[in-house]
Amino acid sequence: MSRFIERHPAWALITIIAIAVLLWLIFSVWPPGLEEAIGRKRVFLNAVFNGITLGGLYFLVASGFTLIFGLMRNVNLAHGSLYLFGGYVGYAVSTSTGSWTLSFIVAFILTALVGVLLQVIVFRRMEGQDLRQTMVTIGLSIVFADLMLWACGGDFYQIQTPSWLIGPVDLPLITAVKSSGEPVYLRYPMVRLVIFAASVVIGVAMWLALNRTRIGMIIRAGVDDRDILAATGVRIQLVFVLVFAFGAGLAGIAGVVGGTFQSLSPGEDIRFLLASLVVVIVGGMGSIPGAALGALIIGLAEQLGSVYIPTYAIVVTFLIMVLVLAIRPQGLLARR
Amino acid sequence: MSLLQSTQLRATPPASAARRAFIRAWPEFENPAAWLVALILVIMPLIASGFFLIEIFGTTLILGTIALSLMFLAGYGGMVSLMQLTIAGFAAYMVAVFGISANTNISLGWPWWLATPMALALATAFGTLGGALAVRTEGIYTIMITLAIGAAFYYFTNQNWAIFGGHTGINTVATPHFWGIDWRTDIAFYYVTLGVAAICYFAVQYISRAPFGLALQGVRDNPRRMAALGFNVNAHRVAAYAFASFIAALGGVLQVWNYRQISPGSVSVGACIDVLIIAVVGGITRPIGPFIGALIFVLLRTFALDFLVRLGLDGNRFRLLIGLGFLAIVFWSSDGVIGLWQRWRQSQRPRTDRPDGGRGHG
Repeated sequence: MSRFIERHPAWALITIIAIAVLLWLIFSVWPPGLEEAIGRKRVFLNAVFNGITLGGLYFLVASGFTLIFGLMRNVNLAHGSLYLFGGYVGYAVSTSTGSWTLSFIVAFILTALVGVLLQVIVFRRMEGQDLRQTMVTIGLSIVFADLMLWACGGDFYQIQTPSWLIGPVDLPLITAVKSSGEPVYLRYPMVRLVIFAASVVIGVAMWLALNRTRIGMIIRAGVDDRDILAATGVRIQLVFVLVFAFGAGLAGIAGVVGGTFQSLSPGEDIRFLLASLVVVIVGGMGSIPGAALGALIIGLAEQLGSVYIPTYAIVVTFLIMVLVLAIRPQGLLARR
Repeated sequence: MSLLQSTQLRATPPASAARRAFIRAWPEFENPAAWLVALILVIMPLIASGFFLIEIFGTTLILGTIALSLMFLAGYGGMVSLMQLTIAGFAAYMVAVFGISANTNISLGWPWWLATPMALALATAFGTLGGALAVRTEGIYTIMITLAIGAAFYYFTNQNWAIFGGHTGINTVATPHFWGIDWRTDIAFYYVTLGVAAICYFAVQYISRAPFGLALQGVRDNPRRMAALGFNVNAHRVAAYAFASFIAALGGVLQVWNYRQISPGSVSVGACIDVLIIAVVGGITRPIGPFIGALIFVLLRTFALDFLVRLGLDGNRFRLLIGLGFLAIVFWSSDGVIGLWQRWRQSQRPRTDRPDGGRGHG
């Protein structure tokens, strides 16, 4: 961090100012002039919170994608299909058993199994052939999409939020002050906050596992040079299968999350594949902190954009990607 | 000097040398099968009815032209771009926006001979810009970035009502009408698509053997060495994008004339991937591949429903069939249908007669 400030003082200053402005906008009571200029603070805060929680969901999808890429250098364009598959499995489990938590576990296990099959049957056969692997995953995503359309139809599904998570909570953030001098606090859906907290926990756990454990050390070594790692006697194929299973399982969990606070339908697979592509391009391929930063940026940009410039919300996301590519083609947090 | 000596040493007369050079440049002219295909294509209106002429062969030629632009980038430049259909769609939108259509509040009402060059120029510029962005990365990154560009364009057309007409798109686009001929009647339109496709085909064929195309193939095989030799690698790649964009734009113009309407559905992510499927199934090492792939794709798309129903299966599983076919091709042949055909031919041929390697990438 301090090295970044030393190297790019101007960028560091801009970043710090932007963060300070954002924090001020979130925590202060807005003066009337500002409310007239850009609308009410409640709208803004809602957009920010929606953006952050959406970023949490994007992080869950993109971290699996970026983990798989980082270790195995294969771009799994069927990742969106895994997301949708996890969502449908979660829906089936939660409607039949009524347990939300169980749906996470089953979705994780089943998508991880699909991931294991993919790695063993498909990717191991064509190791090192990037383009061919990418083409195969495109073909697989078409087949999966049609199979899921066959099995589940074109309807919208939404996973039932468990009763202990329904309803809003008051956050200690003042949105406005009434004329009587009484502050009005922001009310926000509990389930989204819980999901966001869970994705932060998963992210931190992944970071710790990668940086503080033995298996994490093996994975990091594999990212740097997998041939040498294999030569030292590590069973690299087993590591590949495990990482692929874990990344796929994360996509499955994300599917349940997405099915809970958005909805599941054909086409969502492409949407989330695209979101994770943009997230990892912005954050840097193969980097978990990069995926977190990219997810946060893209989530915020999408939600703030859809509130303040509704027609061009998607263009904002795209412009961010173009800007990152123009300035730092390898992504914000990737090292090269 | 050495060139002079070598021509003097060779015993063959100059006319035959020129002829040989010609044949080397245009191998199709020596191949009787190519002449036969060309003849069939030209007299097609006598054979096929209106439905087959436009819905099968016209559509094949249009999709083949768009896929040809991808084949050029992927086969000669080593850059798999998923935004070729987006460029075609952009050109189609521009024809609708600048030309005449039922959406009078959007269309500017220019005559076709003004609107079409404008659309081509803008789409080429759009594709070149996208290419300039994409060449900052390599390999799989290119796929992802071009896919992201295509998807961004799709969502943008869905949301923008001022220029792109939102999710209903622009309808009843006027088609050219001059020299007393309505160029959208089946036979006239078929010849327009055939002409454009043939010009694009021969242009790609020519460029692949011109110095620029050879340098591009050098860049594909070893960018570092080409850079060391003094070639500007990125400039070659961007120029390849510009050329491919122009071809894709031509395909897009034909497409909007064919359907007379353009909507976000025709530039969706699925359609972008369809173009990749067409090119890969046909084979991305030769310009003829995309047209073969397009014919297979269009035939499947049109008749798979009847075929599946006749087999007692659900007719809506057409995309499953396409996806499985694509998977099979990618799994077993890196060079699409052409590769399969060549392998079959070589296995039929006696061993002595086999040509040396290096003919695959032409």
